[in-house]
Amino acid sequence: MTDVIIEYRGISKHFSGIRALEDVDFACSAGSIHGILGENGAGKSTLIKIMSGVLQPDAGEIRLEGRPVAFASPRAAGDTGIICMFQELSLIPDLTVADNLSISDPPRRLGLIDRRAQKARAEKLLARVRCEDVDPNALVRELSLSRRQMIEIAKALGRDPKVLILDEATSALTARDVQTVYDLLADLKSKGVASLFISHRMHEVDALCDTLSVFRNGRHIETFAKGEKNGREIVKLMIGRDVEAQFPPRPPARQQAQEDQPLLQVSGLTWEDRLNGIDLSVARGEIVGLGGLDGQGQKELLLALFGVLEHVGGEIAIAGQRGGPASPAAAKSGSTRMALVPEDRKTEGLMLGMSIADNLLAACQARISRGPFIDPQRARQAVADGIAKLQIKAGSPRDAVMTLSGGNQQKVVIAKWLMIDPDIILLNDPTRGIDVGTKQEIYRLMRDLADAGKAILFYSSDYAELIGCCDRVAVLYGGRVVSEQSGDGITEESLVAASLNIDPRAA
Amino acid sequence: MLAKSLTRWLQQNLGFAAAILLLVVLCLVYNILHPRGFSSAVAIQNSNEAVAIVFVAMAQTLPVLLGGLDLSVGAVMTLTNCIASELLHGSPAQILLGVVVTLLSGTAFGLMNGIIVVYGRIQPIIATLATGAIAIGLALLVRPKPGGDVDEDLSWALTNSVADFAETYGIADGGQAWWLSPFADIPVPVILVIVVAALVWIPFRRSVTGRTVYAIGSAEGSAYMSGLPINRAKIAAFTLGGFLAACGGLYLAIQTSSGNADIQQAGAYTLNSIAAVVLGGTSLLGGSGGAIGSLVGALILRVISFYFRILDIDPLLQPLIEGVVLLTAVSFGAFRTLRVKNKLDLFR
Repeated sequence: MTDVIIEYRGISKHFSGIRALEDVDFACSAGSIHGILGENGAGKSTLIKIMSGVLQPDAGEIRLEGRPVAFASPRAAGDTGIICMFQELSLIPDLTVADNLSISDPPRRLGLIDRRAQKARAEKLLARVRCEDVDPNALVRELSLSRRQMIEIAKALGRDPKVLILDEATSALTARDVQTVYDLLADLKSKGVASLFISHRMHEVDALCDTLSVFRNGRHIETFAKGEKNGREIVKLMIGRDVEAQFPPRPPARQQAQEDQPLLQVSGLTWEDRLNGIDLSVARGEIVGLGGLDGQGQKELLLALFGVLEHVGGEIAIAGQRGGPASPAAAKSGSTRMALVPEDRKTEGLMLGMSIADNLLAACQARISRGPFIDPQRARQAVADGIAKLQIKAGSPRDAVMTLSGGNQQKVVIAKWLMIDPDIILLNDPTRGIDVGTKQEIYRLMRDLADAGKAILFYSSDYAELIGCCDRVAVLYGGRVVSEQSGDGITEESLVAASLNIDPRAA
Repeated sequence: MLAKSLTRWLQQNLGFAAAILLLVVLCLVYNILHPRGFSSAVAIQNSNEAVAIVFVAMAQTLPVLLGGLDLSVGAVMTLTNCIASELLHGSPAQILLGVVVTLLSGTAFGLMNGIIVVYGRIQPIIATLATGAIAIGLALLVRPKPGGDVDEDLSWALTNSVADFAETYGIADGGQAWWLSPFADIPVPVILVIVVAALVWIPFRRSVTGRTVYAIGSAEGSAYMSGLPINRAKIAAFTLGGFLAACGGLYLAIQTSSGNADIQQAGAYTLNSIAAVVLGGTSLLGGSGGAIGSLVGALILRVISFYFRILDIDPLLQPLIEGVVLLTAVSFGAFRTLRVKNKLDLFR
């Protein structure tokens, strides 16, 4: 190792009892491009959020060039030369490109922003990232996602970084832009800048980085020079962990001819640049998993099926009938009813301030009403049934739903949707951030529902769940299904390899 | 090149451009219909009556750019109006001191709003609802009954043409100087609004603090990630809002030679200021627009009300017609929602 520029000593970070980082020692050298590898939830993003001042560690020490430092805010980190480009872009959509490029320290004359100098600076930076086609006076909101990412990179470059963190900085870039980023990073490397590169694209990490660190379950597993380990060994390091939960047994593989047609059939589904022709089918009694890394179109697929997205291309057929629902209201009330347990239970799943009972009844009001009025008798019965069925641990149904634990909140979301007796159940990472016991209950419930003839489409960021719960798994990459695996053919190796879009035989 | 940047400007400021167009059309038609249209006298009278709402609308713009609302602007205008009605008399030095005290009290009130919003972590709409009531209460203490004592020369000079101003204070050969003639007919209130806009708003917009106000309204998380001074910008926005509202109150005192702690009037000004901000092309979600747009929006509201004087319309119909015009104008802004691809974005 040459001179270490930033060093972690015993850094830990917990979020309400869930560990994100545990006693991490980590070092990064000047003049290197350091790749960070790990599964979803391995602690990569917590690592860089601490480095860039967004989060403060619970324990441990960070040293910058040998001196201990503590960053209270991104500004504090930025002032010392640690510049981070986040996955969620930090650009201001209503300001111009030139404004954004000089946002934190614009050129000034007489105390006021010098727009001419700012524009000249923007043109210089845009030229550096080979985006001369972008007008510095355009609003960021008018640009495509890939242009915005390049602007974000230009913005980081303009702040003269000592440590440059790129978190999925290339996820939306074209091949030409990626080459530009490679050249820029090589140039920075020769000037002694340390770059931390986080990418889900294995071949990019391979092409670019000189050092690799693997994280798993909040721990730093190993750091090694590139070339020391092959792809297969790296994948092993990333996934080598215990199975955390028990799963109900999977029924024997079904015969294809058993069903005349799948309940849900999707072909060539497209939307914006996130879905690029998805083909998928789910039959009654089947749990189909959606695999792949975060942000490959899984969430958009579920939203498209549920009628949330506009201008969806391709075809959705439900019970043989062409055309998907036009809105969530239509999705839940057709002859074949659909339910979606959404990604963020706090904003899309629940009305946190309202009571458990009101939340449970939110989707099924038509079924418990007489005329325009809710029938209190039926409502009470429905609430009691829902609480009993999912064993929701609550003091009273009249308590606000935010008083419940995360696991019980998620049960309320699921129970709410089961009240409409759906035929198709879409689950978006339903076990995220909840305890192991509740997870097992949810797995059990999913299998029971499938056995009762429901069709279940299940996105999870946890490979173990996909392996344990699903009859089939479709792995998404770049808005397409790149691999479909079924039964005992679903293994951690094959899922990880497919997620990274590498051929498992070549890995 | 010029055509391209003009197109770009139009695309980015469609609401503002539409507001200007609407204002020009309304003014032209008004002056054609008016028996003494296109005369200095009409311009002076109309601009006098527009100044207060123009300043209050500009004051409202700042909290709206942050993504909030300030329900105290009308009340702060009323408070400063009452303070000014007590102070604007005596020697020139005393009058000047009165002006300064009036403006400072409004500014201080805005600063207080900002501190409550930032450090009290209270939503602007409710914080300013409360502080607005406090402002009215203070105004009633200052001036329990309408009235006041405002220097007559000052009142005359600031509510007439530039020539009259010069004559009153005996400058530029009593308003007869040859170099003054191109400006002689311009109403003084127009000059005052332009001066405040040019010396206060334009520099603010081009400061880091001003840009941070836009950034907060557009994407507060990104602003934080970019290391922008968020608290400072919020406090500055409310403080500047207080200053501009005080400009409105000060002018109202000069125009009417009195102060009046009128609760209804304060409420009407606040609501009209919100309407003016929206008419001027500023998004209620924050992040885009500006005080110049609100200036135009306030003028549109005023011109519409002037129509009732020259047209034979039952005054009872005035609120109804104003409401319909306002609704029509702001519904153009709703076209944005037709382009939304992910319906969840509508709720964010």
